[in-house]
Amino acid sequence: MVVFVVRRIIGMVLVLFAVSFITYVIFVQIPGGDPAQRIAGKTATQQNIADIRQKLGLDRPFYVQYADMMKSIFEQKLVSYQSQLNVVGQIKAGLPATFSLAIGAGIIWLTFGILVGTIAAVTAGRLSDRLITVLALIGISMPVFWLGIVARYILSENHPLGIFPDSGYVPITQSPVQWLYHLILPWFVLAVLFIGFYGRVLRSTILDTINEDYVRTARAKGISYRQLLVRHVLRNSLIPIVTLFGLDFAAVLGGAAILTETVFNLQGVGQYAAMSITTLDLPPIMAITIYATFFIVGFNFLVDLLYAWLDPRIRPA
Amino acid sequence: MTQPLLTVEGLKVQFATEDGIVRAVDGVDFALERGRVLGIVGESGSGKSVTSMTLLGLTRGANALFEGRAMFDGLELIGASESQLRRVRGAGIAMIFQDPMTSLNPVQRVGDQIIEMIRAHEPVDEKEARRRTIELFGEVGIANPSERVDSYPHEFSGGMRQRVMIAMALACSPDVLIADEPTTALDVTIQAQILELIAKLKDEHGTSVILITHDLGVVARLADDIAVMYAGRIVEQGPKEEIFYDPQHPYTWGLLGSIPRIDRPKPPKLHAIPGQPPSLLRPPQGCRFRPRCPHAFDKCFEEPQLESRIESPTHLDRCWLTPEQKRGNRGETIQGTTGEEAA
Repeated sequence: MVVFVVRRIIGMVLVLFAVSFITYVIFVQIPGGDPAQRIAGKTATQQNIADIRQKLGLDRPFYVQYADMMKSIFEQKLVSYQSQLNVVGQIKAGLPATFSLAIGAGIIWLTFGILVGTIAAVTAGRLSDRLITVLALIGISMPVFWLGIVARYILSENHPLGIFPDSGYVPITQSPVQWLYHLILPWFVLAVLFIGFYGRVLRSTILDTINEDYVRTARAKGISYRQLLVRHVLRNSLIPIVTLFGLDFAAVLGGAAILTETVFNLQGVGQYAAMSITTLDLPPIMAITIYATFFIVGFNFLVDLLYAWLDPRIRPA
Repeated sequence: MTQPLLTVEGLKVQFATEDGIVRAVDGVDFALERGRVLGIVGESGSGKSVTSMTLLGLTRGANALFEGRAMFDGLELIGASESQLRRVRGAGIAMIFQDPMTSLNPVQRVGDQIIEMIRAHEPVDEKEARRRTIELFGEVGIANPSERVDSYPHEFSGGMRQRVMIAMALACSPDVLIADEPTTALDVTIQAQILELIAKLKDEHGTSVILITHDLGVVARLADDIAVMYAGRIVEQGPKEEIFYDPQHPYTWGLLGSIPRIDRPKPPKLHAIPGQPPSLLRPPQGCRFRPRCPHAFDKCFEEPQLESRIESPTHLDRCWLTPEQKRGNRGETIQGTTGEEAA
C-alpha cells in the first residue's frame, strides 16, 4: 500500500511537470503570444518592446523562463502581465465560487444520474425508459452556454418566470440563503449534461450486470427486489460511474466549468481562466493549468482507492 | 407411494425472439416425491435448465410465455406472484448452478451472501445467521469455516466455490434442491467429491433433488428416477435401473452409447448421434428425434405420446417402435457392436 501511494505521488509530480511544460511551450509559440509586444501596445517602438522584454526577463532562454515562472507560482509571487495582480491571489479569490458550483452540481448530477439510470434500466423497454432515453439525449445535446442563457431568460428576474436572481455569486459566509438562491440555476444547468450522460452509461451497465450469473443466484435465494438491486446489481454497476465522476468532478473543481461560470458571472476560477485565455495572459494560464491538473491527478488517485473499496479483486494483496 | 412434493403438468415455456417463437419447453410432466432424486438428462438446449429455472420464476421476462402447472406444497408456481415465489426461493426450493466461478457475487464476502439469504427467510439476527453459516461451511467440508466466511469468492477454488453454493442452497433447509449441472465446470476428481457431498447431505436432510445434467455417469450415481429430455420434451422417463438396462427410446440409446465404458469390450468407435438438435423455432413434425433417428419409419410423422409401452407402468417413452423392435435394435447403438445380443 505504501509503495502504491509513493509511486502514485511520483507519477503525479511527473504529470504536473509534463502538463505545465507543454502548456508553456504552446503559449510561447502561439502567434501573437509574445507578452512584451502585447504589453507595449500597438504604437510601441522596438526599443519599448526590448525594454519590457528585459524587465520581465523574456530575453532569457525559454527553459530558464519556465523554471522561473514555476518557481514564482509556488512562491505565490507570480503576477499577471495584464492586470499586474497576483495570480495565486486571483485564483484563491475564485475558489469559493468554483467549489460551491462544483460540489452542488456534483451532488445533483450524481444523485440524479444514478436515479435516472437505475429507473431506465429497471423499466427497460417500457415508456419510462424511452422517455428517459429521449430526455437524456436532449440533455447531452444542449450546449451549456445556450441552456444557461435560456434558463436565465426564462427563470431569472425581469423575465417571464422571474424566480431566480439573474447571475452573480454571493459568498456563503455573507448569506447562506442568497448563496443557495444564486447557485440553484447554475447547478442544474451544469448538471443537466452530466445527468443525461451518467444515466445512459449506468443504464447499460446495469442491464449487463442484471444478466450476470450471480444476480440469478441472488434471485434464487429469495431476497427482496430492493436488496437484489442495491447489493448485487448497483454495487457492481457503479465502477464506471465512479471513474467518470472522479474525472468530471475534478475537472469542474479545476475550473473546467468555464461556460457555466461565465454565463452566470460567478467569477470563479473558470471565468478567470476564460478571461486570461482571451488576453493570452501567460502567468494565470500557467497557474490555472497547474491548479486544474493537480485536481485531476489527485482525483484519479482517489478513484483508484475507491475502486479497491468497491471491488475486492483489485485490492493489493 | 407418498403424495408427490412437486408435480409438474403440461409445462410449456416459450420465448419470443426476433426470429420467432422458441419453444424451449414444450409439454413437460413429472412428479418428485419426498426424499427422491430425479435426474433430468439431455443435451444442451433440450430445455432442462429452462424447466428447472421456470419452477423458481427465474425465466420470467417480457418475452417469456408460460403454460401448464407446477404444484409445490400447495402453491401453484407458474402463476404465483413474485412475493409468493420469493418465499419459495431458497427456503422451499433451492438451486445450485452450473458455474461456481460466476455464480457468486465477486464483491461480497461469501459468508455475507449466505447470511443475507438466511435473514431473508427467517427472523434471526446477524450473529445467529453467521453462526449457522459457519456451521454450514463445516458441513460442506470447507476447512477453517470461521475464517473462510469472511473471504471473497475470488479467494476460493472452483470446487470450494461449489461447496459454498451447496452450503448456500442448504442454508434454509429446502424441501427440494435443484442442482443444475453442478459438476460440469469442475475437474473430474472434484466432481466425484461434490457428488458425494450432495448425496450425503440429501440423506442427512431428507431433501428431494432434481439433478440436471448431460452426464449419464452423474445420474447413475445419484438418481432414483430419470427423465430424458430432447428438444423441449421428455422422451423417456422411468426408474434408473430400467432406463439403464431396458432403454426404450433411440435417443436414450444414443446417450448410453456415447459413454466410454471400461467394463465392456472397446468398440471400434464411440457412438455419436448423427445430425444436430432440431431448431426449437420450427421443430420437426411428429417425433422430434425422427430426423436423426436411424430407425424412423412412416408412423414417426405422427406425434407419439409419453406413455407406458412395456410391462412396467412407471416406465414411459415416446417411440412408435414395438418393444421387440426396440430390444432388437438398440444393442448396436449402445454397445457399438453389430451383434444380436439384445437384452
